[in-house]
Amino acid sequence: MKLGVLELRDVSKYFPGHKAVDSVTLEVPKGEFFSLLGPSGCGKTTTLRLVAGFETPTSGEILLSGSPIQELRPYQRNVSTVFQNYALFPHLTVRKNIEFGLRRGTPPRDLDERVRAVLDLVQLVQKESRFPHQLSGGEKQRVALARSLVVQPDVLLLDEPLSALDPNLRKHVRAELKSLQRRVGITFLFVTHDQEEALSLSDRIAVMNAGRIEQIGSPQELYLTPQSRFVASFLGEVNWIDGFGVRPEAIRISKGGPNGAPGRPAMVTRSNFLGNRIHVETRFQSGEPVVAEVSRLDENFTEGEMVHLWWHAADELRFAE
Amino acid sequence: MNRLRAAFLAPAWVMMLGLMIAPLGIVCAYSILTRGAYGGVTLPWTLENYHRLLDSLYLVVLVRSFWIAGLTTVLCVILGFPLALFISRSGRRKNLYLSLVILPFWTSFLIRTYAWMFLLRDTGLINTILERLHIIHDPLPLLYNDGAVIVGLVYAYLPFMVLPLYATLERLDPLLLEAAADLGAKPWEAMLRITIPLSTPGFLAGSVLVFIPGVGAYLTPDLLGGGKTVLIGNLIQNQFTTARDWPFGSAASLVLMALVMVLLVFLIRRRGDALL
Repeated sequence: MKLGVLELRDVSKYFPGHKAVDSVTLEVPKGEFFSLLGPSGCGKTTTLRLVAGFETPTSGEILLSGSPIQELRPYQRNVSTVFQNYALFPHLTVRKNIEFGLRRGTPPRDLDERVRAVLDLVQLVQKESRFPHQLSGGEKQRVALARSLVVQPDVLLLDEPLSALDPNLRKHVRAELKSLQRRVGITFLFVTHDQEEALSLSDRIAVMNAGRIEQIGSPQELYLTPQSRFVASFLGEVNWIDGFGVRPEAIRISKGGPNGAPGRPAMVTRSNFLGNRIHVETRFQSGEPVVAEVSRLDENFTEGEMVHLWWHAADELRFAE
Repeated sequence: MNRLRAAFLAPAWVMMLGLMIAPLGIVCAYSILTRGAYGGVTLPWTLENYHRLLDSLYLVVLVRSFWIAGLTTVLCVILGFPLALFISRSGRRKNLYLSLVILPFWTSFLIRTYAWMFLLRDTGLINTILERLHIIHDPLPLLYNDGAVIVGLVYAYLPFMVLPLYATLERLDPLLLEAAADLGAKPWEAMLRITIPLSTPGFLAGSVLVFIPGVGAYLTPDLLGGGKTVLIGNLIQNQFTTARDWPFGSAASLVLMALVMVLLVFLIRRRGDALL
């Protein structure tokens, strides 16, 4: 494993009457796209602010490239942040915004080259003399990204940078962000509450809940082998049957019953057409609801119909708790 | 519907016509008439009053008025900005501090100006204390000079600088300062590169509110300047009272107004976005 460029050791942040971040330990290797995922109020943004230096930890250590930084002021730390609402300087042009973080000692030719390169990277060469209020949401987001990338931070911190964009644009920008991170090779610490965003972008994800990390792992690990009910239900949907969980897409459904395998009888209560797939809502005789996901090309199920449900034991999610 | 509209607008029109346009017309007319023997005005029409203003005696008064108002504005900026910044960052105490800024308005301006005379005169509080402490032997000449006038004007108009500056600083997104620090700007750099440039609307509005009444001030220079520091405001007042030269006073008023208007138009042309 490569050396961790960012390391949090047992970091806590207490606000009066509330533990925002509770003993968080994590290590992010150089060049990784690492996400903090969790519901609002779980402490993910506070964790980010601790790394940026806007908050001071109550206890614990934060290391950047091996040296402790928790005592340093924000302007002394080689990290930079893309804010949720971008926080572009409204009185400065795109170019001046991007130049802001470059030291004034930088020779003009050097400075120009770096700004040009990053403008090129985010495809904003044409708009360098615009002011922020003249830009679209997507363009603002790219300026914010460029402004932070140009200072070549050890870690780029992103605080829900896609949430202010409209849903259609969001998917497009998500793909761009991923390819950008690959090209520049800078370590990303990405905060989001959107599980789909985290799954599609990240190399690894830390799922947070109530100030603590529930689990750290690759998107596959977290989705396929969640270690807690919280992780299982926060990442994707899950049916809770007799104390274990089964994902809707792992549930098989048929009118005739399984060939050989013992199925459980259930009644269809509703069929939700979602375009590329269909969610069939059913209910066991005991009253427990179970959702099965089927392909559009499968059989049609109608309300009130009796069906059989079954699944592979390997698809059961079981937890010690 | 239209009649109702007219009825509601009528008071405003009466106000504008009766209290603004008509008096202005009268002043315009007076300024091109001849002075009456016992005050008032008489025929014939003449431009002599305007011509007289070009006399170096009066030009000096005009320049001095603009200079003192300008200096007052600059001092109000220097004193007002840190105060406004402090108030905007005082959290819960904001309202308390703001009411303290406005508090002096509860007392008559005249009384407050006399209070300054009490502080500054030869046997006043400041000189008495300094003498008792044996720091000085003879009283310092604090009253009846340009310095006293400027102290009085800055004191009088400081709230008009602080309030608009506070309003812009209050609206300043604290995230911008975090972003600046995040990009390596030390606090003083963030102040110079973010806070001060983004306070421009407050600086402009405050400067207009301080400079315009400052350039026409007559009470403060009269009382604290002891009549020695004649400003354009005093000149105009004198023409209507002791000198009984209403046409000349009218002409001087109109020229002052025109000069201020030119300044304002210039400002709006350049930074109207920030001002309006």
